[in-house]
Amino acid sequence: MIRSESRRVFGTGLGRQPRDVALNVAAFVSLFVLAVLWVVPILWALDTALKPESETTTVPVSWFPSHFTFAAFGKVLAAGEMLRWYVNSVFTTVVITVVAVVLASMAAYAFSRLHFSGKWFLFWLILAGIMVPGQILIVPLFTEMTALNTVDTYWGIILPQIAAPIAVFIFKQFFDGIPHELEEAAIVDGASRLRIYWQIWMPLAKPAIAAVSIFTFVAAWNNFLWPFIVVTNTDMMTIPVGLATVQSSYGIRYAQIMASALLGGVPLLIVFVFFQRQIVQGIAGAGLTGR
Amino acid sequence: MSSSAQTISEREIKGARRRARLRSELTGIGFVLPFLAAYALFLLWPIILGLRMSFFDWSLTGSGTNEFLAFRNYAELFGDPAFWGSLWHTVLFTVLSTPPLVVLGFVLALLANRAIPGRWLFRLAFFAPYVMPSSVVALIWIWLYQPGFGLINSYLDANVGWLTDQSIAMISIVITTIWWTIGFNFVLYLAGLQEIPPELREAASIDGAGAWAQLRYITIPLLQRVTTLVVVLQVLASLKVFDQIYLMTGGGPNYSTRPVIEYVYDSGFTQFRVGYASAVSYVFFVIILAISVIQFVVLSRRQEGA
Repeated sequence: MIRSESRRVFGTGLGRQPRDVALNVAAFVSLFVLAVLWVVPILWALDTALKPESETTTVPVSWFPSHFTFAAFGKVLAAGEMLRWYVNSVFTTVVITVVAVVLASMAAYAFSRLHFSGKWFLFWLILAGIMVPGQILIVPLFTEMTALNTVDTYWGIILPQIAAPIAVFIFKQFFDGIPHELEEAAIVDGASRLRIYWQIWMPLAKPAIAAVSIFTFVAAWNNFLWPFIVVTNTDMMTIPVGLATVQSSYGIRYAQIMASALLGGVPLLIVFVFFQRQIVQGIAGAGLTGR
Repeated sequence: MSSSAQTISEREIKGARRRARLRSELTGIGFVLPFLAAYALFLLWPIILGLRMSFFDWSLTGSGTNEFLAFRNYAELFGDPAFWGSLWHTVLFTVLSTPPLVVLGFVLALLANRAIPGRWLFRLAFFAPYVMPSSVVALIWIWLYQPGFGLINSYLDANVGWLTDQSIAMISIVITTIWWTIGFNFVLYLAGLQEIPPELREAASIDGAGAWAQLRYITIPLLQRVTTLVVVLQVLASLKVFDQIYLMTGGGPNYSTRPVIEYVYDSGFTQFRVGYASAVSYVFFVIILAISVIQFVVLSRRQEGA
């Protein structure tokens, strides 16, 4: 509030000096050009998807076919695989996100507020995990999942994605910043630790929960490598893995390829438009606390 | 708990204390245990298993001899041009992608932080690709890069084999990656810019500092910490490249873009030599750790110096 007030008073933001106006115009023009470059690939995909299949490969290229049609979208959806992949993606992503938040916040609560032996050893053991890139574990992890009989199952997709060390770190930082008094009052009242965690800390931790949920959700939804390795059955594929097979199964039917690409990209895009502020804050927050 | 009302002997106090201690120990462990179990099973154990596998002729299909090889997998990979080639492609991708992703992320944030109309639309445009899965990005860009009737070649009135020409394929991958992931650095810089108190620039402006001087002496130095973070995260992310290369060129043409992770994938899941693939993973892991430590030391020293 204070900041925006002073901005108005001093007029930096709105630029009353001619020099500032000129700079703002230059900034606007360059941003506009760049934004067009950034949007064109998506628009071109949409344009292609709305063309009749026979007009997708005309030379010279044209944005305007003889008529626009939803036929490609209809065909992709009617094939049924796409809907199955949506279900798989939604189910696995939601489970991963919920479980990851619960596990990480419980551990972080203990590291922040409880006393037990080996606490610091365990905390550093978990923090060290931030340094381990998941990509280098694919081979032994697949061997392990084969032994556990979880290849081509939801378990196989979900389990390796539920323990995120960075989430423990974010929750612990958040909990460390909350005063002790609240909890002491609850302990005097005789509440159990589990109740304190659930009824006092979780409601307080909403910003941290939002940040962790958002980056876990986006990461799990977009995860390609692990589901690609652990799933071979078309019925078990998630959206990113399923779409990787589209190029070969649709061949040169570009309108259908682009329609499936858009159908795969759109759900998160819609979520993003609605929760832009939260997502940006969540990702920036997770990134910035990663220091 | 049951011995509440009676006379309290010293022994009982000691017992109660011990029980309270035990209880607090158990509570603490209880809260950590669920996470720890998942962490141990799906992170620590694969790390140990991978190390063990790297010393054996271990095969996914059971066709390997399971013979103990000691360091022979490692000896083989150090003499393997395919390994060195893939490592070079990963490094090349990192060197080519990091500077534009950092600089452009900063410039976009700087521009979008000014008081101009439609700011949220610009943010949406630059950040939107970041929330798309790699396979969506790959499908769209393969289509844009099409040789005969692709949009890019048509507009350039050229017939460039963007993904099929050995000397260009890596550049094409980098361009796609910039388009796809710039939003992340953009958002980090935007958050950093918004933390700079406007009073600082106002004061400088009153003292007669122009836009360039403000950028040079206020904005860039104050963003030092964000820049460090962006560079470190970007280098790590680029080193781990796999998705877009695998999906767009399959590591080709003629293996000219295949990164290390894809070499791990190929050795482990198409040649089924999981012992060898584990050895490659481990060597790469050590390289990544070394680079992180070097970056951390160099950048934190520079930060102190600044």
